[in-house]
Amino acid sequence: MADTSPQDLKTVPLNDVHVALGGRMVPFGGYSLPVQYPTGIITEHKWTREHAGLFDVSHMGPSFLLLNEKSGDPDADHAAIAALVEPLICGDIKGLKPGQIRYTLLLNETGGALDDLMIARPADPDWAGSLYIVVNAGTKDADFARIAGASAGKATLNRADNCALLALQGPDAVAVLSSLIPEVAELGFMTYRSFPWNGTVLVIARSGYTGEDGFEILVEPEHAKAFWDALTLDGRVKPIGLGARDSLRLEAGLPLYGHDLDETISPTEAGLNFAVSKRRREAADFPGAARILKEYGGELSRVRVGLLVDGAPAREGAEILDASGAVIGKVTSGGFSPSLSRAIALGFVPPDHAAVGTKLSVSVRGRSQSAEVAALPFVPHRYYRKPV
Amino acid sequence: MTIKFTQDHEYIRIEGQTGIVGITAYAQEQLGDIVFVELPAIGKTVKKGDETAVVESVKAASEIYAPVGGTIEATNEALGAEPAMVNQDPLGTGWMYQIHIEDPSELDGLMDEAAYADFIK
Repeated sequence: MADTSPQDLKTVPLNDVHVALGGRMVPFGGYSLPVQYPTGIITEHKWTREHAGLFDVSHMGPSFLLLNEKSGDPDADHAAIAALVEPLICGDIKGLKPGQIRYTLLLNETGGALDDLMIARPADPDWAGSLYIVVNAGTKDADFARIAGASAGKATLNRADNCALLALQGPDAVAVLSSLIPEVAELGFMTYRSFPWNGTVLVIARSGYTGEDGFEILVEPEHAKAFWDALTLDGRVKPIGLGARDSLRLEAGLPLYGHDLDETISPTEAGLNFAVSKRRREAADFPGAARILKEYGGELSRVRVGLLVDGAPAREGAEILDASGAVIGKVTSGGFSPSLSRAIALGFVPPDHAAVGTKLSVSVRGRSQSAEVAALPFVPHRYYRKPV
Repeated sequence: MTIKFTQDHEYIRIEGQTGIVGITAYAQEQLGDIVFVELPAIGKTVKKGDETAVVESVKAASEIYAPVGGTIEATNEALGAEPAMVNQDPLGTGWMYQIHIEDPSELDGLMDEAAYADFIK
């Protein structure tokens, strides 16, 4: 029950707002951020699933990569900037439509994940030849160095992590945000645009980490409080701490870098084949392609699964055992699902133990508890699908 | 009726040779929403400071230590279905176990209400 001292940690632009709201400030990726507000994680979690939750994720690493010399032809300039980052990742960036966001992975030479990230092509042709890139907090310095290194002399990486990055998530998110900026309702899932708002420009993506419809909004630090206040004035919005963000993403079956993903784990092992784009697969031109394509063809020693756990939560590091009691893998993140009122976990097991319904067990404090492989996500995604 | 407190934020409510053990209001607030409580086996003998129970919040597991040595006489089975009682009423319906106190002199080192209130300031 050690109290965490927030000293020596970086603060986010809205630090004083969180403290005034009674947020319990703890370290997240080197920043002091609220793990919960006085309402508590379960209430905050359920509010997000039912209404709209507002999260401060300013510890993350938003950035813009800009071509040094543009030709003036938007498609050619986009192709040129895509060619600079594609050697680092497994996603098709060249093929992004204007405004489209892609979830992809930064890989090492053996196909292990150095990070998972979002890369987006600007909607506005005037901004062709740039990319909006958002990486994880704990890895951002290394990621930025890697991206800047790969594009040295040809493009410039501008960090935007002095800004506030806010996430508005939940079924009411679109109604709330479109009451301030009506055009956001037209954004498709995994697209983004810039919108003027009260004398500043907001970079708004229809994306998130909860499984719900919602938005992630980049706002200049001096305008962050006004924007936060405008959102929280709406009765459908409550501030939500990063504790509920973790329980929401766990229910949504989404991996957390440093836990369910690390530099030994490939996208295929992590169940992220969708992030290995077809064009890149066919060209086999990404780091670790030899290993990943072999795994893609079925030669796998472990895969990420969801587990429904009976009894106490099985936390990260808990051993997973087969029916005979042999250790076959480990939990990489686990906890309590407020939506399902039970313990759930993510972990890695050999493929022959990965079928949905397979009876396994987990070891918690030296005792074995029943667990069953479950389909992911645990709670269905409710992303916005644009009517066609 | 006397109530005593440990530096690890357990309380023991003493009724003769019997003590009722749980965690304090301060402790439950620090832990946040309690989602699971692991209780000791009835009849188990424990020494002062032994790990006797585990409370799980959404985020983490925390051990509960025996404020005194003795034998577990009863546990609060209702926490199985409703662990949140530890949050709602930690000193009442959120109790964890009842212990037969082996050596009442072990209570001497614990804090009284005033001292504990001071301790958590």
